[in-house]
Amino acid sequence: MNIRKQFKEGLITNNPVLVQLIGMCATMAITTSLFNGVGMGLSVTVILTCCNVVISAIRKIIPDEIRLAIFVVVIAGFVTIVDLLLQAFIPALSEALGVFIPLIVVNCIIIGRAEAFCQKNTVGASFIDGIAQGLGYTMVLIVMCVIREFFGSGRFGGGLIELSGGFRFTLDGTGTGIQIFDPDYGAGILNRPFGGFLTLGVLIAVMQYFTAKAKKKAELKAAEAKEAEDE
Amino acid sequence: MNEKNERLILDVAYQPQVRTELDTKRIMLTVIVALLPALVVSVIRYGAYPLAVAAVSTASAVFFEWAYRALMKKSRTVDDLSAAVTGLLLAMVMPAGIPLWVPVIGDLFAIVVVKQLYGGIGKNFLNPALAGRAFLLASYAMLMGVWTTPKTLAGAVDTVTMATPLSYLYGGKALPEYFSRLNLFLGNRPGCIGELSTLAILIGAAILLVFKIIDWRIPVSTVGTVAVLTLIFGKDGYGNFDWMVYNLLTGGLLFGAVFMATDYATSPVTRKGRVLYGFGIGALTVLIRYFGGYPEGISYAILIMNLCSWAIDKAFHRRQFGVTAEDIKAEKAAREGKK
Repeated sequence: MNIRKQFKEGLITNNPVLVQLIGMCATMAITTSLFNGVGMGLSVTVILTCCNVVISAIRKIIPDEIRLAIFVVVIAGFVTIVDLLLQAFIPALSEALGVFIPLIVVNCIIIGRAEAFCQKNTVGASFIDGIAQGLGYTMVLIVMCVIREFFGSGRFGGGLIELSGGFRFTLDGTGTGIQIFDPDYGAGILNRPFGGFLTLGVLIAVMQYFTAKAKKKAELKAAEAKEAEDE
Repeated sequence: MNEKNERLILDVAYQPQVRTELDTKRIMLTVIVALLPALVVSVIRYGAYPLAVAAVSTASAVFFEWAYRALMKKSRTVDDLSAAVTGLLLAMVMPAGIPLWVPVIGDLFAIVVVKQLYGGIGKNFLNPALAGRAFLLASYAMLMGVWTTPKTLAGAVDTVTMATPLSYLYGGKALPEYFSRLNLFLGNRPGCIGELSTLAILIGAAILLVFKIIDWRIPVSTVGTVAVLTLIFGKDGYGNFDWMVYNLLTGGLLFGAVFMATDYATSPVTRKGRVLYGFGIGALTVLIRYFGGYPEGISYAILIMNLCSWAIDKAFHRRQFGVTAEDIKAEKAAREGKK
């Protein structure tokens, strides 16, 4: 088990949103404020980790023909738990995310990881994979929230940060965030789904640019090393 | 032999080859000249402010084009003036009282996202200036809906801003006296900088047609479709003919049909395709004006038809020279037989 490699995959080289392109619809829909992004990302991380552990624990007794149905039952169980917990303890988040919490049941990231990873790997590896992939997802959501909130409404950390009366984090979603410039100057279109597509497209492009560059560099290095060896 | 001709000879292209002095730069320069009458009318109506909008927008479009190409280490393209035309066109579809920073943001979107991210001139699938306008309309609806009263209407209207003739038509209200047909024709009305005067746009269109920059089919079929549809489907309270005339003289219909819909990269290349494209723009404009949420629909109509133009090109794909209809039939039959 290679923890560092798994984290590198989850966060960068096999990032669920930027590389695997799964879990898109929630990514487009809810990344309008930092509060939503962090809430959604952490909820998915928790659910993903729990599901990964359970599914990999029972992977040897799942009949192959009905595995998807069993995955969905397990996932739905954990989603219901998280949904009810959110309703009870962070109702503001539950309200803001609305239908996208129950929709985690059919989120491709969770089914995708169950199918691609947990079926073939141990409980420990699946646990790490859940955390790594979940954090990769959360990271992208946060980056998108920060970009869209800044250019769309001129704000940072809406719902999560409160400045009046000293800097503090508000977990009930009431924080007004840090207003960087007048919201009238913000490009409102970024707060709509179109802004989600645009931001995500740009993010993927930037990501591709840097990974391609790194790959080229590594290839160059390998070729040089080979040359040196030949000599 | 000068350097330019040498370059022309060394260019590799498919037949048929035509030797011409008409390059991108000259085309764009002609478009700029054709836009000047409309800009002059705007200056007469609003004073020097539209000039400032046009200058800021053109300069920022050129800057963004240059900056993106330089940053990405691509060839320098600002010299072909296409970015300047995009910036000027964007200024022409801004309300006359727009704050100067708004078109700058529109230019950023038009040049970087719509034009350069897809590969630069000729590879964009939307008209950059119109996409910039749509971006601004969705982002700053409040600012984009403020219509400053022209100086030349100051006697008749004593408010700083006023309703456009189209919004009267949209609401089904009778046009006030100061929107006489002559005033509408000469552009004595509030509106976007470039769309005011039908006369000025017709002069611009004449310049473009004389120098063979645009094909007459697109604007004629666009305006013709709107004329026919509005003549047939009048609105209660107006005579059918009056309704048609008002629809043709107000809003950005003519400006869009002449300067926006004729963009090379985003309009079909075949003659029949162009007629169909213009018909689509006209029909969508009428539909949006009648049933949409905005009084004016020409910009969205053009953007939607931009998206369709590849399909139109496919539908009206022309036969290769020398290939007969029988050849195509035989080839098709052979292909299906193989399956």
